[in-house]
Amino acid sequence: MGASIFPIFFFTVVWGGVGIFLPRMVPNGPNQRLMQVVLMITGAVCWLFWLCCYMAQMNPLIGPRLSNRTLLLIAQQWGNPLERF
Amino acid sequence: MGSLFRSEEMALCQLFLQSEAAYACVSELGELGLVQFRDLNPDVNAFQRKFVNEVRRCDEMERKLRYLEKEIRKDGIPMLDTGESPEAPQPREMIDLEATFEKLENELREVNQNAEALKRNFLELTELKHILRKTQVFFDEAEFGLPPQMADPSSQDEQVTLLGEEGLRAGGQTLKLGFVAGVILRERIPAFERMLWRACRGNVFLRQAEIETPLEDPTTSDQVHKSVFIIFFQGDQLKSRVKKICEGFRATLYPCPEAPSDRREMAMGVMTRIEDLNTVLGQTQDHRHRVLAAAAKNITNWFIKVRKIKAIYHTLNLFNLDVTQKCLIAECWVPSLDLETIQLALRRGTERSGSSVPPILNRMETFENPPTYNRTNKFTSGFQHLVNAYGVASYREANPAPYTIITFPFLFAVMFGDLGHGALMACFGGYLVLKEKPLAAKKIQSDVWTIFFGGRYIILLMGLFSMYTGLIYNDVFSKSLNIFGSNWQNNYDESTLMANKDLQLDPNSTAYLKYPYPFGLDPIWQVAENKIIFLNSYKMKISIIFGVFHMLFGVLLSLWNHTYFRDRMSILCEFIPQIIFMCFLFLYMVLLMFTKWVGYSADSLDVKSGPYCAPSILITFINMVLFKSSKNPSVCDDWMFAGQGALQKLLVIIALLCVPIMLLAKPIMIMRAQKQHQPLTNAGHTNTAAENGDAGYQNEEMMQQTQTQAPHQEEDITEIFIHQGIHTIEYVLGSVSHTASYLRLWALSLAHAQLSEVLWNMVLRNGLTINDWVGGIVLWAIFAFWAMLTVSILVLMEGLSAFLHTLRLHWVEFQSKFYHGQGYGFAPFAFEAILDQASTSPED
Repeated sequence: MGASIFPIFFFTVVWGGVGIFLPRMVPNGPNQRLMQVVLMITGAVCWLFWLCCYMAQMNPLIGPRLSNRTLLLIAQQWGNPLERF
Repeated sequence: MGSLFRSEEMALCQLFLQSEAAYACVSELGELGLVQFRDLNPDVNAFQRKFVNEVRRCDEMERKLRYLEKEIRKDGIPMLDTGESPEAPQPREMIDLEATFEKLENELREVNQNAEALKRNFLELTELKHILRKTQVFFDEAEFGLPPQMADPSSQDEQVTLLGEEGLRAGGQTLKLGFVAGVILRERIPAFERMLWRACRGNVFLRQAEIETPLEDPTTSDQVHKSVFIIFFQGDQLKSRVKKICEGFRATLYPCPEAPSDRREMAMGVMTRIEDLNTVLGQTQDHRHRVLAAAAKNITNWFIKVRKIKAIYHTLNLFNLDVTQKCLIAECWVPSLDLETIQLALRRGTERSGSSVPPILNRMETFENPPTYNRTNKFTSGFQHLVNAYGVASYREANPAPYTIITFPFLFAVMFGDLGHGALMACFGGYLVLKEKPLAAKKIQSDVWTIFFGGRYIILLMGLFSMYTGLIYNDVFSKSLNIFGSNWQNNYDESTLMANKDLQLDPNSTAYLKYPYPFGLDPIWQVAENKIIFLNSYKMKISIIFGVFHMLFGVLLSLWNHTYFRDRMSILCEFIPQIIFMCFLFLYMVLLMFTKWVGYSADSLDVKSGPYCAPSILITFINMVLFKSSKNPSVCDDWMFAGQGALQKLLVIIALLCVPIMLLAKPIMIMRAQKQHQPLTNAGHTNTAAENGDAGYQNEEMMQQTQTQAPHQEEDITEIFIHQGIHTIEYVLGSVSHTASYLRLWALSLAHAQLSEVLWNMVLRNGLTINDWVGGIVLWAIFAFWAMLTVSILVLMEGLSAFLHTLRLHWVEFQSKFYHGQGYGFAPFAFEAILDQASTSPED
């Protein structure tokens, strides 16, 4: 599995906090239940969306096809300079 | 549970009000806005109701106020609107109000009439002034036209007649030339001339001159252009003819003296009179202005008061008068939680009216369907409106609105996903929300504005979620952000690069850094040429995943409804087969997707879990349902995991078995329950008949009754079967079609991304390729064009389109799983609503 543990842990904690932890801190009031439901759904949905994107790229079955110009550019700009022949 | 999750509990109440206290109590209830009255006199004509006279008086008052408002607006005086709402005045104050309005109206009408008369006078004098001036010109020209010997050199005075001495000399017969002078509208002059020429056979002579300044017409207050004319003729016949023609053309004739000295005297007299009139007119206008300014301070208050009085009397007309004529009876729907508040309001009303008898609020038991009332605040009301637009919830069923608060903006964002466009939308929504008080006070009348302003919280949330999905899709105006560093890199050497125009990076090599981009899509895909292939696979899968979860959530809400209404039969016969059907087929497909994401990889050592053998989920699913075995190439496994074949067969069989359960279980159980009740009632009836001692006759009656009942019940049974059949077919076929329908999330997101890219490549890039300062100017112009297209096409048009699709997904795909929507809304008697409606409608 080509997954790195840190991002998974980080984003699960963040959205878990939004969806599970924050609802406990909603103050009492007429809208307490509503706020809790809103936070829970937000947390669940945003976490799932991030997770799907992460999992789709974890084990890529195809790679990107780039023009040679783009390849030269990314080699230069993204810090992976080309080995001279 | 006074919350948004379910509509409120309503109680039907009877209200007994003493006649004196009724007005004040209804006024208090109107301020509160929590009571919906029912019409207890539905078959009574509007003109026969009890309080029709009072309503008529209110209409009269409103008419006077509207007249006042029109006059105030004509003068351009600003009307003071403090935004506060005065209470409805007591009935005895109504007479005072009526008197005030009557006085104001009469005063205003008098002033207007006087002003009109004065203006008419002024117009006549002005026209006379112009005539005197112009005719002087005519006579001067005539003087210069005379032969010099005719002119008396000594008498340099103005005593020159038009034709000079000639006229007097011609044989004793004095050529008496008469003339008329007048003023006519400039447009009518050509026709006037022609008519004169034809009618008088050319024997009259017309001179005309235009009046340069436009004159004010007293009745219409328009500025019109007029001309002065003078007609010379001879004889009485021609004179009468000319006068008739002038009358026909509405030319006003003025007496113009022949002698120049007389004319000059008249001119001076006219000037003084004009000056006097000007002062009088000015004073009249000032007086009118003062009256209107004084009225303008109070007019909005008065409008509110009169409208409130009218609303109260309309409501009182709905009541029933008691037999003793002392008390009014009303029936109303009231939220159960607010009974205390209403009691307080009623007590306040009775105190204010000084009545001694307290009002009675009596709760009634009823089988009628109560209205649906959802207590919303400014944030939730937008979402509640979205739900209600499809159908108001049935009484006390689960309200989809609280969940819509998040799912709606989220599904919109999946289709809209662009950080830049989302930011624009969020800014617009944020501006509307932050400035909502001043913007609401402006009371802008445009329909489009009302829609945008009413949905400001929706727009804000849609914008924020779109920013999030834009970050995940890594799309900012069709460009990507490279925050964490791409996890793909070039691993080709220079010679390979030079030799090939494009190359594909192999994930099973050093090109891929083994771990995916931590947040969102890798920025490499934006510059890749096969971006769409990868995105298609990804977006289609997430559309189905979110679609299945959304629908499952809907089915779970139906469980909540069944538990609340204690409908155990529905739980067993509907909910359980439904959830099994959906989970075993579609949730299984979702799990397959996750399995494929985890199980198949380009860098696996075994070809069986490599890209070559990765199965298509769609084909797998279709084969599963059709009980076909998948044909994979020989090197690959037939299945993704051990036992998949058997498991799939089992799932499909159980799911298919659920269909007849959904179709038949509930109606059969209902039928059995009814049959059990029937023999009981038969036995019960015959027993009572025997007890009563009446034999045959009553027995027959009972038999007839039960017989009429039995076909009635049979009809019910067929209806129940049909209803259940429709429901089952809808669910089963719907689950397939709705799942596919969620693919619109993919389709719209693809369209949005492509449009955005086209706009960048075809428009903005052209501005970025020119060098030097010329390029700067060109970029400035092109940016304007690009920005306009972005806002109008990508934000507005695509936003509207995605909004519509999200709405459809909610209304059809989500709500068909649990929502009945057969209720009617709670329409309380509230002054706020009535005043809002009254202030917006007549403005059109």
